[in-house]
Amino acid sequence: MSDFKTKVSAVNEVVIIETEGYLNNEGGQIIYDICIEKLASGSRKFLLNLSGTKVVNSIGVSIIIEVIEKLQEVEGKLGYYNMAPIVEKTFHIMGLSKYSSLYKTEELALLEF
Amino acid sequence: MNSPTVELKLPILPNMELVATQTAEIIAKHMHLSEDQSGEITMALIETCINAFEHSKAGNNIFIHFIIEESSLVIKVIDQGVGFDKSKVAIPKIENKIGKDERKRGWGLQLIQALMDSVEFESNDSGTTVTMTKNK
Repeated sequence: MSDFKTKVSAVNEVVIIETEGYLNNEGGQIIYDICIEKLASGSRKFLLNLSGTKVVNSIGVSIIIEVIEKLQEVEGKLGYYNMAPIVEKTFHIMGLSKYSSLYKTEELALLEF
Repeated sequence: MNSPTVELKLPILPNMELVATQTAEIIAKHMHLSEDQSGEITMALIETCINAFEHSKAGNNIFIHFIIEESSLVIKVIDQGVGFDKSKVAIPKIENKIGKDERKRGWGLQLIQALMDSVEFESNDSGTTVTMTKNK
C-alpha cells in the first residue's frame, strides 16, 4: 500500500492536487488517475502543490509526463508549486519545464492560470 | 589509514532505496554538505538503486558503500546481476517522448550523471558497480 497521499480542491476552474509523500510509480499513478478522472468531467487546468513531496524518482515523474501528454490532447495546462529544490532540479533535468510550468507559490501559479 | 566507510546491504524490495537515502542524509550532515548537495546525492542514489533493482536481475540484495573522504563522499552501488552496456543506453529527450509512442521512462543514468560530480560504471556479466562522487 502506498504512503502517498493527495488532497484535491479547486480554485475557479483550476484543479489543485496537494501531494504528501514519495512520488514514485504509485504516487505518479495516483496523480495520473485523478487527472484522468477530472479531465473526463471537463477540467483542463491542473496545479500540483508539491510541498509535502520532498523526494521523487524518475518513474513517478515519467508518469507526470504522461499527464502532460494527455493534457496536450485537449489544450490543457499543468503547473507545479512549492517544490523542494531537488524536485525542481529533477523536473528541469528531465525537461518537464519545457511543457509545463513551475512556480514558487500558489498565488503566482493562480495568477497565470 | 582507510577512509571511514558505511556499508549497507539492501534487499530488493519496494522503496528500499529510501533506506539508503536516509543513511546518505546522515552522512551528508556529518560531512557538512549543503542541503542542495544532500538532495542531489539522495536523488542520484534513488535512481542508482532503482536501476539495480529493476534491471540487474540480481538475486536478493544490492550493496552500498559510503566512503567518507577528506574532500568528497564516494558512493559505490554494487549488484551481482547480469551487467549492462552503457553505450547501448539511449540518452532520453522529452521531445522524443511527449506525444510519441516512446516509453516515458529511462531517465536514471542521465539524472545520476547530472547530479553527481563524477560517475563511473564498471559492468560485466557478473555484476555492476556504479561509483558516484560528490565533492565537498
